[in-house]
Amino acid sequence: MLTRRRLLATGATTATLAAAGLPVRAQGTEPLTVGFIYVGPIGDGGWTYQHDQGRLAVEEHFGDRVRTVYQESVPEGADAERAITQMVLGGAGLIFTTSFGFMDATVNVAQQFPDVKFEHATGYKRLDNLATYDARFYEGRAVIGTIAGRMTRSNKIGYIASYPIPEVIQGINSAFLHARKVNPDVEMVVIWVYTWFDPAKEADAAQAMIEQGVDVIMQHTDSTAPQAAAQAAGNVFTFGQASDMAAFKPVPRIASIIDNWAPYYIERVGAVLDGTWESHAHWGGIPEGEVEIGEITEAVPDEVRAEAEAMIEAIRNREYHPFTGPINKQDGTPWLAEGEVATDEQLISMNFYVEGMTGQIPS
Amino acid sequence: MDLSAISPALLFASLMVASTPILLAALGELVAERAGVLNLGVEGMMITGAVAGFAAAHASGSAALGFLGAAAGGAALSALFAVLVLWLRANQVATGLALTLFGLGFAALVGQGYVGLRAPPVPRPEIPLLRDIPVLGPVLFRHDLVVYLALGLVAGVWWFLHRTGAGLRLRAVGENHDAAHALGHDVRRIRLLAVLFGGACAGLGGAYLSLVRVPQWTEGLTAGAGWIALAIVVFASWRPWRLLLGAWLFGGLTVLQLNLQAARVPVPVELLSTAPYLVTILVLVVISSGRGRAALAAPGSLGQPFHASR
Repeated sequence: MLTRRRLLATGATTATLAAAGLPVRAQGTEPLTVGFIYVGPIGDGGWTYQHDQGRLAVEEHFGDRVRTVYQESVPEGADAERAITQMVLGGAGLIFTTSFGFMDATVNVAQQFPDVKFEHATGYKRLDNLATYDARFYEGRAVIGTIAGRMTRSNKIGYIASYPIPEVIQGINSAFLHARKVNPDVEMVVIWVYTWFDPAKEADAAQAMIEQGVDVIMQHTDSTAPQAAAQAAGNVFTFGQASDMAAFKPVPRIASIIDNWAPYYIERVGAVLDGTWESHAHWGGIPEGEVEIGEITEAVPDEVRAEAEAMIEAIRNREYHPFTGPINKQDGTPWLAEGEVATDEQLISMNFYVEGMTGQIPS
Repeated sequence: MDLSAISPALLFASLMVASTPILLAALGELVAERAGVLNLGVEGMMITGAVAGFAAAHASGSAALGFLGAAAGGAALSALFAVLVLWLRANQVATGLALTLFGLGFAALVGQGYVGLRAPPVPRPEIPLLRDIPVLGPVLFRHDLVVYLALGLVAGVWWFLHRTGAGLRLRAVGENHDAAHALGHDVRRIRLLAVLFGGACAGLGGAYLSLVRVPQWTEGLTAGAGWIALAIVVFASWRPWRLLLGAWLFGGLTVLQLNLQAARVPVPVELLSTAPYLVTILVLVVISSGRGRAALAAPGSLGQPFHASR
């Protein structure tokens, strides 16, 4: 039976052990505490789930040399700063903040704690102790855009978009360009939901699209609710987002874009342990294994699958860049000339639709 | 821009579905507040109901049992609240907020084993001839049972509050608990029942999300719907039919703005996204201006602790 005295005794033992552990720490084998700030719950089955898989991979790879901590569902905004600071005060030596909206909060905390290392996902502000990392999701979008263009019968492809930031706009443009390439009649229907995670709203957005004749839906939000809405409607195809969303195979989910953060997290935690960590801007994609295309199901005809796989290969071998000219902006002004490839600077500041898109990007 | 792509009938049908969770939760809160108890834990009770309903439905294979489990889960959480505020006389606002925080965490914990699983389908009554009526068919006769249950509850609550003796006693307790006590009514018992009803309704609303609208379990599923429900009670000046109107207005604008976006209507997206909230505020202002009746409509003892000795 657990009495209060027993509890106290256990506490004392732990304290003794901790004291006994002190000399070991002095020899430099104190575990590195690695912190993760998540924008959604781990159980979202999408974005945050994948980051947490990366965290678990770090634990498995380094064993006793690291200790990981995380906080879920941290709102983007002022409270994020408190959450990050708390993690620093809790002893974290390296902190990954895993959403665009944590950018300014991460910068502020990083300035206060120059000895702690920070990594911010999908942002662009860097310091000596603040690196950024991102994945080239648009490479995956090119592949599923191709599949979507081939699979739609109504020629209306829906895109549930979160916030009008470059990362999302790249995805819309990439998917649209490649859908148009294989199907010149394709139209893209974009709904901005202004959230990364709100299952009911995502379901409603999918429903609105389906009612208006959309039969292939892509999403840049984190829950699986649109998949369920498509399943209920029947005859609508979807793609897993961030995570494989394998529960919805073989239809409606006919392929997926998977974010695999594990290699990057392991590399960066290793760099801190070796003392070789430096601030940088990292942007990996299909070639680095950071962006993966999940199983293309049997609902997709063989020739379409072959076409998609050929594109994955071409991107992996760096023979093909999804943003290769000629590409015009929505208003018809030229953006990339014939054969010209977009630079990373052009991509990370992308704030316009390409030619053929209808509607406007909210400012 | 292609407005013809929006079918008014389908839009109204989606509106009824989209407003059902907040309607159920708000209805429960309305009854609790009419009895004088302000329970800010709606969000927590909703999400507890969502996970309890999902778990019960998954274990039993029956959506009906799922909804029963959801009502029980929501009511159980509200019972905790009732003990704290009615017997221990804790501050209702603080306790309600704590209930929301607790409910969110508790649901996440319980729900860990249910992520990615499927719920059994909710039966839709096949209404043979009526469902094929053009326009009216899809709007009124093709929903799942819970939509009708929610509408029935609105009528039931109205009838109970305004046409029965028990409803009169409940309102008396909410208006002036000392007077009601002096007349010999058991204030705590009536309030306990009202709070339990509120919890059960919030649980049903949550389960509607996890079993019908989304339908699956994910953490943070309710995403603030409980707070909207709280606002709609004030919006409705504590009247059941106005509550229905408020829920439809909010749900309708949410669905409409998504449909307008999909139809590529050249209206700024920011405006469309904020429209449900803007209109809610506007209506609140209109209602509360002039005769100043909104302030008067609030139950007199709302939020005040009751002790029999005073």
